[in-house]
Amino acid sequence: MDTALRIDDLAVRFDGVAAVDGVSLDVAAGEVLGILGPSGSGKSTLLRAVAGLERLDSGRVSWHGADITALAVHKRGFALMFQDGQLFPHRSVAQNIAYALRLARTPAAARVDELLELVGLPGFGGRRVTELSGGEQQRVALARSLAARPRLLLLDEPLSALDRELRERLAGDLRRILVDTGTTAVFVTHDQDEAFAVSDRVAVMMGARLQQVGTPSDVWRHPASEQVARFLGYTTVLDAASSRALDPRAAGRIALRPSAVRVADGTPLTATVVHSTHSVDGWRLRLLVDSLGEVDAVAGPQHPLAPGDRVAVRYDRAAMAELP
Amino acid sequence: MGGDRHTVTAPARVRPAPGTILAIVLGAGLPLAFVGVFFAWPVGAMVLRGLVENGALDLGGFGEVLGRPRTLRLIGLTVGQAALASVICVVLGLPIAHVLYRLRFRGQRMLRALIVLPFVLPTVVVGVAFRTLLRKGGLLGPLELDGTFAAIMLALVFFNIAVVVRTVGSTWEGLDSRQEEAARVLGASPQRVWWTVTVPRLAPAIVSAASIVFLFCSTAFGVVLVLGGTRFGTIETEIYLLTTQFLDLRGASVLSITQLVVVVAVLLVAARARGRRTAQRRVAAAQSSRRPRRGDAPAILVTLLVAAFLALPIVALVARSLRTADGWGIGNYLALGGTGSRNALVVPVWAALGNSLAIAVQATAIALLIGLAASLVISRRPRSPGLRRALTGFDGALMLPLGVSAVTVGFGFLITLNQPPFDLRSSPILIPIAQALVALPLVVRTILPVLTGIDSRMRESAAVLGSPPWRVLRDVDLAIGWRPVVAASGFAFAVALGEFGATSFLSRPDRPTLPVVIFRLIGLPGGDNLGMALAASVVLAAVTVGVIALVERLRVGTMGAF
Repeated sequence: MDTALRIDDLAVRFDGVAAVDGVSLDVAAGEVLGILGPSGSGKSTLLRAVAGLERLDSGRVSWHGADITALAVHKRGFALMFQDGQLFPHRSVAQNIAYALRLARTPAAARVDELLELVGLPGFGGRRVTELSGGEQQRVALARSLAARPRLLLLDEPLSALDRELRERLAGDLRRILVDTGTTAVFVTHDQDEAFAVSDRVAVMMGARLQQVGTPSDVWRHPASEQVARFLGYTTVLDAASSRALDPRAAGRIALRPSAVRVADGTPLTATVVHSTHSVDGWRLRLLVDSLGEVDAVAGPQHPLAPGDRVAVRYDRAAMAELP
Repeated sequence: MGGDRHTVTAPARVRPAPGTILAIVLGAGLPLAFVGVFFAWPVGAMVLRGLVENGALDLGGFGEVLGRPRTLRLIGLTVGQAALASVICVVLGLPIAHVLYRLRFRGQRMLRALIVLPFVLPTVVVGVAFRTLLRKGGLLGPLELDGTFAAIMLALVFFNIAVVVRTVGSTWEGLDSRQEEAARVLGASPQRVWWTVTVPRLAPAIVSAASIVFLFCSTAFGVVLVLGGTRFGTIETEIYLLTTQFLDLRGASVLSITQLVVVVAVLLVAARARGRRTAQRRVAAAQSSRRPRRGDAPAILVTLLVAAFLALPIVALVARSLRTADGWGIGNYLALGGTGSRNALVVPVWAALGNSLAIAVQATAIALLIGLAASLVISRRPRSPGLRRALTGFDGALMLPLGVSAVTVGFGFLITLNQPPFDLRSSPILIPIAQALVALPLVVRTILPVLTGIDSRMRESAAVLGSPPWRVLRDVDLAIGWRPVVAASGFAFAVALGEFGATSFLSRPDRPTLPVVIFRLIGLPGGDNLGMALAASVVLAAVTVGVIALVERLRVGTMGAF
């Protein structure tokens, strides 16, 4: 693996409080790395430190083996895209995209058209950026970031300000654009779906520290800790005895997503409804499973359920993760 | 862009934020040096001169000077009239701010321009205009207000109501009216909404504006000198009298220190209020304004009455300037080509106008250079808390020239800048420098809020995309902030044009400015002199109005707001 970006033992403190604490990480050339963590976990600070926007309290950032820790922001040849685009309001769409090209004294017109095409906004060059919708602004911001073919593209929650449908569509577009252009990218998000949809590898960050790095399916199937599992949406964690009772193949503790326990007819596993709420595709439940304890579960829309109802449930291994 | 590899041999473990420290040192150094040499040093020397007796510090002067009944009366009068004027300005200014910034109607922009006008009118012109209005035979002559406390109060309100209207208005305009709507839906009456939702959100702006008005009123010089006669005065006019008439430097310096203490206290209040205000989220004006309703009638009435009150002295001034010994005519204006009766002047009035314009251009250039550098530095938010505090202190220090006696500054120039390395006493640059000092706080207050409002991540975007720091400055800060910069230039130009306090000390008889000439002409009545003073005042006012009308078109809300 050809390592492009290397981060060694990086730490950033604000007024003595660690925002990033001893993080080491490699990103291969052409790879898209997602940094996933709850808000306040230090992931944005890590990204800004890589860009050169934060003073490091310790650690090193290097690019293809060369130490760039002390290199000025504008000389790194990177690009950074923010959650709200931060387009220059006094420039048109085309002028925004051409910004980095002008800095590099590269002819811009053809490249701007090519980028507008790439992000799905052909013909938008002459518009004012203040006239664009949030989704369009983010597309322009992406085009602006890609224009000068940055050595590394940094994305700080690029889709978080958008509504859900747009976010899902743009996540797909983003992945395609990054792969097609062969761009090395580091991408920060608090949304697991987004991280898994866009990234080749995912780094989970919590409490200023890196918790786990791996492919999306690795992280998904084998969360490094109960904390990581809960952040990924595994809402129920069973102790070793209950785990074995539910899943004889489990070696230790297991974590369950709500969809791991589903109301079904004719199974030996029975439970009592503790409480229930409607969801888009049926019911979300809190169940007291006999001889196991309380777990989160789901049911299809055909089951009208009320607290106290007795139900039979089926266990689905696909929505389970084994904890170390 | 690619292939730009830098290998750092030494282990660069701790790295200062890119260029920040250097930029702060450079950007802060210039304004600090300017304010230090041309403000702190002259004022300090002036103050010390009064306190050092035979080479030893003698603080006995405090007890003696502050014990004089006349001093006590003047301090009381200064604080009393400033406080009363501030209250009147706030009471009248709030409804006007509502009408001009929360409602939407035709002619609104013209009214906004009219309200800001008095603020930039030269103090001497306003003094003359009020005298014209109030003297026997004047439009308000029958009220017999000439030479009274009420006359001074009217003039102070005339000057400063713009500060309240613009400061409160520009905040009010940005307030999201959905908070008021939420309170109404929850069952609050309009009065209750006003007191529990609107007032608390406006309070910082009101406090900030009121303290600035208090400051301006308590250091008012030209207008009090013209209107107050011998009975009324301020600490400022007293410093002038003690310095120039009685050569009592000790008394003057005790009063200067007293004034400085009051000013610093008031500035601290204003700065705190400003700090609280910036925390609020702003919305676009279009979202918060609406068409007038029946309930707005009282506020609209107040606005129209105050607008009439503001226009009245100007109208009276223009009318009176067209009256000559032999009926209506432009004789007074024709006389501006001469030097007045009894050879009151050394040069024709038109030459003085030329001087004023040339000096104001220089003053504007200086104020803009210094003010822009200072604003750029203060608008940055460094990570180190110590550095942040230093910048806040720097911001406050730049406001000081607003409140320190221009007379002290002017006289201080004469006693400090007369020896190497700054032998400037005979240099023509001294007046522009003094005027630039007066304009500097206004320049900073116009530009700074806009620069502070720029999301720092936009600068970061430009930097990451490859812009070196100077280019970030040009492409982000100046590209977004050019309107306030232009507006601040016009504002500084108008203020420099009308500056009287410090200029009166520094100008030489052969190269006077227009306000100095006007004051001289009023001082030597007889013949055409008064008529010429009035005509010259109209000319000065017209130039000022023209400049302000031009920059008003840029619609920079921070201009004249504090």
